[in-house]
Amino acid sequence: MRLELRGITKRFGALVANDHIDLVVEPGEIHSLLGENGAGKSTLMNVLYGLYTADEGQILLDDEVQRFDGPGDAMAAGIGMVHQHFMLVPVFTVAENVMLGHESTRAGGVLDLDSAREVVREISARFGFHVDPDALVEDLPVGVQQRVEIIKALSRNADVLVLDEPTAVLTPQETDELMGIMRQLRDEGVAIVFITHKLREVRAVADRITVIRHGRVVGEASPTATDAELASLMVGRAVELTVHKETPRLGDNALEVRDLVVTSPDGQPLVDGVSFTVRGGEVLVVAGVQGNGQTELTEALLGLHESARGSIRLDGHEIVGRSVRRILDAGVGFVPEDRTEDGLVAEFTIAENLILNRTDGPPFVRGGSLQLDARDDFAREKVAEFDVRTQGIDVPVGRLSGGNQQKVVLARELSRDLRLLVAAQPTRGVDVGSIEFIHKRIVATRDAGIPVVVVSTELDEAVALADRIMVMYRGKVVGIVPSTTPRDVLGLMMAGIAPETEGEAA
Amino acid sequence: MSGQTPGREPENPLDQALESVDAAAEPGLAEELEQERAREREAAVEETGVRWADAFRRIVSGGWVVSVGAIVLAVLVGSIMIVFTDERVQETAGYFFARPGDMLAAAADAVGGAYSALFRGSVYNYQADTLTLAIRPLTQTLTNAGPLVAAGLGVALAFRAGLFNIGGQGQILMAAAGAGWVGFGLTGVPFPLHLLLALVAGILAGALWAGIAGILKARTGAHEVIVTIMLNYVAFYLISYLLATPGLLQAPGSANPQTPRTQESAILPRLVGERFPLHWGFVLSLLAVVLVWWLLNRSSIGFSFRAVGENPKAARVAGIDVPRTTVSVMLVAGALVGLAGVQQVLGTITTGFGSDIDAGIGFDAITVALLGRSNPWGVLGAGILFGGFKAGGSAMQAGEGIPIEIVLVVQSLIVLFIAAPPLVRAIFRLPQPVTRQRRGTPPVRSTATTTEGQA
Repeated sequence: MRLELRGITKRFGALVANDHIDLVVEPGEIHSLLGENGAGKSTLMNVLYGLYTADEGQILLDDEVQRFDGPGDAMAAGIGMVHQHFMLVPVFTVAENVMLGHESTRAGGVLDLDSAREVVREISARFGFHVDPDALVEDLPVGVQQRVEIIKALSRNADVLVLDEPTAVLTPQETDELMGIMRQLRDEGVAIVFITHKLREVRAVADRITVIRHGRVVGEASPTATDAELASLMVGRAVELTVHKETPRLGDNALEVRDLVVTSPDGQPLVDGVSFTVRGGEVLVVAGVQGNGQTELTEALLGLHESARGSIRLDGHEIVGRSVRRILDAGVGFVPEDRTEDGLVAEFTIAENLILNRTDGPPFVRGGSLQLDARDDFAREKVAEFDVRTQGIDVPVGRLSGGNQQKVVLARELSRDLRLLVAAQPTRGVDVGSIEFIHKRIVATRDAGIPVVVVSTELDEAVALADRIMVMYRGKVVGIVPSTTPRDVLGLMMAGIAPETEGEAA
Repeated sequence: MSGQTPGREPENPLDQALESVDAAAEPGLAEELEQERAREREAAVEETGVRWADAFRRIVSGGWVVSVGAIVLAVLVGSIMIVFTDERVQETAGYFFARPGDMLAAAADAVGGAYSALFRGSVYNYQADTLTLAIRPLTQTLTNAGPLVAAGLGVALAFRAGLFNIGGQGQILMAAAGAGWVGFGLTGVPFPLHLLLALVAGILAGALWAGIAGILKARTGAHEVIVTIMLNYVAFYLISYLLATPGLLQAPGSANPQTPRTQESAILPRLVGERFPLHWGFVLSLLAVVLVWWLLNRSSIGFSFRAVGENPKAARVAGIDVPRTTVSVMLVAGALVGLAGVQQVLGTITTGFGSDIDAGIGFDAITVALLGRSNPWGVLGAGILFGGFKAGGSAMQAGEGIPIEIVLVVQSLIVLFIAAPPLVRAIFRLPQPVTRQRRGTPPVRSTATTTEGQA
């Protein structure tokens, strides 16, 4: 089915979220919609899905004008949507989720689960999804849950499939698998709208690319365009994608981790005998597929795991067994993996978040009393220095975009007197413009002679930032290699296969 | 009381837009809208005439108007209850179609009489012969408000730290027992010292009782709602036992489960003369309001309380000891609730008390905290309002023959409406709350923002 959007305009008061957007998606085509957070991609798709009504413009399917009053109409017309945040009932099985909303029943109102199972099996077999119809959704990995969403859409005979930031939650492997699925669907004649802000994915899978900025279509690009071209189109200015850094000047100060073990409450080793050293002035990137112990490793560095055993020495002082407060005081800066969960208090203002871990003494607390003037001056200064885009320091941090939230976390941590910086996934969910900035600040910290540990699941980032790369697999270190190591070697290491030159620096 | 916003168009389309944008799905857009809105607002503020409209908007979109709206709605629904329970209205309704005026007049009479009695009983009795009698109701209201405010603060503080303190009853009982025991048991100590000791004993008892729940929560994760509820029972029956056992709390030579009188040297002095019931307890509650305000908004302890309340995980990562904070919160909350029990024993009922000394304050405190939006000043207002209801309720009953239950119905309706802000907003056509931006700070913009916008 051919989808055409003609002159779609959607206004929210004075703000034009979509400004006369034209888009054509042919059957059997993967059409990528590229744009920054807030560019209006999701608004456009919500218009298409009947969640918003367009102020102007038309939606055409096979050249027939459609009118959607809600997702039900859109679904009936053959539009399927996989949202960024899954719309699944966790305690239902796959089959139950797939039939939810259009349940077929047998006599006496009994649910016809068998037919739903059959549908799941049939679609699953056709595309090689390997999804068990009777598995509980909550037990499934994220990547498989996403397939359930796709099955849901396909089971309603979707000819147009909208994938809204589908890779945001996926590991690199799952992303590759998803791309395979997308290609397969395309070959079956499905029209796919692929919304993303990740350039690599777009170039890998898209047949056509439409770039949206500030609610307008700013151009079409071919998949052969370079990352830099796409990025500048997206952001509206030239963007530096590579990280410039000098050769490291190593200091004598160091973080030394020896035989670190972290166990889960049920006794499973999460970090299993990890040893490494990071000298002042170098960046060690901990690479690996999500969930191989990197998160627990960084948390252990901050003293968040009471089960941590082994030795972590910072500047020669043992910090295992110390309280979080004392480790912070020892000069550990920590950028947590999930900033909204662990890094920020969403309801607190920017100013309050900027002093979140600094309320134990001067300059922000004197005699048990908060020093509001000092806090606000500091906040204004940091908002300017870190280019946090906000109306004011009194805005609750939860109102900021992901990139700006991350800048707040970074501003807080980097403005302390650091002896070590630990940054877990510092650019996850962050727009391209902010990534550039965050990378620069991390490199600046390294150049100030501070040891830096960065966790990243994205190989691009790992290679760009690292002086050395440590790959983890199932809680163990596969190897520590220079950042010049070929990608395919790193890829194998992430699958647990050690390189031949193993232990080069370990 | 209509939701019209003077000056500007009643409903800002941007507000609606912002509300309809799913911030989770599209944070960037929500942010853009927010900024657009703020720009628009700034522009509006620059015209002096519109300044008031803007101020009004901010108030209206906050929670306060909802509180007031809830009270208005409750009073309206209360009127209907009064009309239906009034005997004359029922009589005249029998011949409504012959002479409808009779019933309408009777209904107006009943409602007017009821609420004027409420006013006379709680604020100013304009029918009284002397000024003393005329302003006595107000002092009664404030006397009632004292413990309500203190206990309300205890609940509100816990709320702000993410803890639901249902244990007001138990904490008041233990505080009353502590203060009472020192108040009547300790002899030969001169006035201010004896009072001080009794105060401290009561407050400590309340704090410790709540602290049990805090420790259990911190150490074992036991949910504070269950623990505090069960501690209410434990306290109630424990006190009942102590009151019935000679040599413990029971007055010597008495068969009633009641304590001896509080000694003169431990009684809170009257505030405005012996003819008025108002005692220094109310002043203590006022001080507590200021203290809690400072604690929550200006102190580093309160900062960690709030951080733990809003996001305990982030608080932990920020080096805040969450279990210890939990215990501290409960101790402070219990001390505040204890202050309510202390006022009961050392100020209001000094002739010896029984196990009903909490007088429902422990649970009313939850309502007061909710109505006051867990803000110290709001709690003060809500406490005074409820004190007024208590004082005026008896006047309604005595003067107009309105069942006391109706007053309680009105109170309960307030809570109901408070608990459903969208309902109140819908009825009064108030705008949705869109921003929690505070006043007083000029907007900060980094240099890049003004031109290029979102990058």
